[in-house]
Amino acid sequence: MWEYTQKVKEHFLNPRNVGTIDNPDGVGEVGSLACGDALVLYFKLDDKGRIQDAKFKTFGCASAIASSSALTEMIKGLTLKEAEKITNDDIAKYLGGLPKEKMHCSVMGFDALKKAIANYHGEEATRKEGTIVCECFEVTDVEIKRAVKEHNLHNIEDVTNFTKAGGGCTKCHPQIQDIIDKTFHTKPSEKKKEKKLTNIQKIKLIEKTLEQIIRPALKRDHGDIELIDVTGNIVSVRLLGTCAACSKSPVTLKNFVESKLKELVSHDLLLEEVKE
Amino acid sequence: MKLIYTDNNATTEVAPEVLEEILPFLKGSYGNPSSMYSLAEKSALAMKEARAKVANLIGAKPEEILFTSCGTESDNAAIRAAIYSYPEKKHIITTMVEHPAIKGLCETLAKNGYHVTFVPVDKKGRLDVDNLLKSITDETAVVSVMWANNETGTLFPIKEIAHEVKKKGVLFHTDAVQAVGKVPVDVSQMEIDMLSLSGHKIHGPKGIGALYVRQGTPYSSLLIGGHQEKGRRGGTENVPYIAGLGKACELASSHLEDMNTRVKRMRDRLETELLKAIPNCDINGDRENRVPNTTNISFSSIEGEGILLMLNELGICASSGSACTSGSLEPSHVLRAMQVPFTSAHGSTRFSLSVHNTEKEIDYIIEKLPPIIARLRELSPFWSK
Repeated sequence: MWEYTQKVKEHFLNPRNVGTIDNPDGVGEVGSLACGDALVLYFKLDDKGRIQDAKFKTFGCASAIASSSALTEMIKGLTLKEAEKITNDDIAKYLGGLPKEKMHCSVMGFDALKKAIANYHGEEATRKEGTIVCECFEVTDVEIKRAVKEHNLHNIEDVTNFTKAGGGCTKCHPQIQDIIDKTFHTKPSEKKKEKKLTNIQKIKLIEKTLEQIIRPALKRDHGDIELIDVTGNIVSVRLLGTCAACSKSPVTLKNFVESKLKELVSHDLLLEEVKE
Repeated sequence: MKLIYTDNNATTEVAPEVLEEILPFLKGSYGNPSSMYSLAEKSALAMKEARAKVANLIGAKPEEILFTSCGTESDNAAIRAAIYSYPEKKHIITTMVEHPAIKGLCETLAKNGYHVTFVPVDKKGRLDVDNLLKSITDETAVVSVMWANNETGTLFPIKEIAHEVKKKGVLFHTDAVQAVGKVPVDVSQMEIDMLSLSGHKIHGPKGIGALYVRQGTPYSSLLIGGHQEKGRRGGTENVPYIAGLGKACELASSHLEDMNTRVKRMRDRLETELLKAIPNCDINGDRENRVPNTTNISFSSIEGEGILLMLNELGICASSGSACTSGSLEPSHVLRAMQVPFTSAHGSTRFSLSVHNTEKEIDYIIEKLPPIIARLRELSPFWSK
């Protein structure tokens, strides 16, 4: 049995502002049936630009219904500028707290409010920023990063509690761990053993590392690098731009490029420079 | 407020007769059954009687009954004993809808060098028996199939499966925790090697279970220790609860008829009336082959947790396969294996009755549930009339 506060129970059993609004000024829709919870939030402004009425419909657990009810109460009478400042923590606080496994319910309220305000400003129901990490619940890297940072989440379980990411098939757990590690600049955990990569996987991972980490760094110095070939554990690259003419290029290759590839792809990789 | 308890597949109320049986061994008769004085003799005698009662309920011989601490221990002991007996065989067959005691263990073994076949079920929860039998190879150490499903009540054809599995010379275990006390279980008429049962599902206390091990079946102890249970389960025996389990089994035998007549009628009435009163709902499971006490109903477009909490406000106890109630984010693995669509899986509600329930209580649920469903649907963005 969840430990719900009296306020959560009360808002669940007697939810305020259930329903829809005809011709609303803003509508925000989040979640889906597959996800297990969904919320549609409507609001209407008065002539002074304050939220005159707010209504909701929610599919989900008791805490999702209570969070929606609380949200509509909280935003009534506010200007959109003021409403924008409401966070999911404010919703949870209003309800006297939520079990940590249920924090995502307050996040859903927060997301619906953001969407409804964006809808008012005539912004397209924006496509999600970033790329999907958790396919089960369609959570992107941007959303996970934000949750990790804002709520100081140090493990996957907490990330799941806040964002639902990783709560399904668990396939994305390594990626979530990676986001946590990067956010707190911790080294990839030592105990993580290197996986045996197939050739294709190895080449893809080398390309990805070059693309996302090495090339951006070299470009800052107006240099660049090109992948020529991968034979066994020998990675052949060609330096371009200022790097090609730089007297320190062997150092760059050894200390930066090779060590990054060893760290992120496979410890037995060796770098070989191909010159014209 | 009177409590209406219809969650008997989760646990049951300890019967007053069972409590009476337990108390003397918590008060004065505390002797260790292994000791050599009259005080101990009382304990030893109580165990002997209890063993006979458990054996009697399932058609076994008393010496084929091992006492354990719960159904989960029985399941673990059975599978571990099987793979220990055939260390060279690295294949296990089970189903996709087992209780976590078997599911979790098999998943762990799969990470430790075992190959596990999880046999699927169809949309009604019926097992693909051909698929199961075809999966058996020379490598198979044990086949484990539950007798009755805890969530839907669906019964599997255990007699037929056991017969076919034994023809191929493979060990057969069944988790009968949800079958015992609800349908006749007679191992003397079947080729079952091991069978698990649990005390608290049949009005006994929590923390006591039993494992039937057919005479001649290779067995090794899960708990290594003293000579208790003829060396098949170390640890001083839980005499009070063993005595309670014996009484619970005796009561279960005598209640079997009531269970399959009156309780079944109440279940059927509850189900029929709810289906009549509430649009867009479906029964999960095989209605032709089910334990008599269970109904699992999906109400589309709403989430089970809300249903349970509103029922709780009225003193009605039931359970749900929804994600929110389980603490995970996905609905029950049983309903997913049956390919119940998400819109229904999240709103599934299980009522499981016992001989303690009354027609009046069923009336009350039939009266109170429809408005709850209507109210939650009014809140749902997915509901349109």
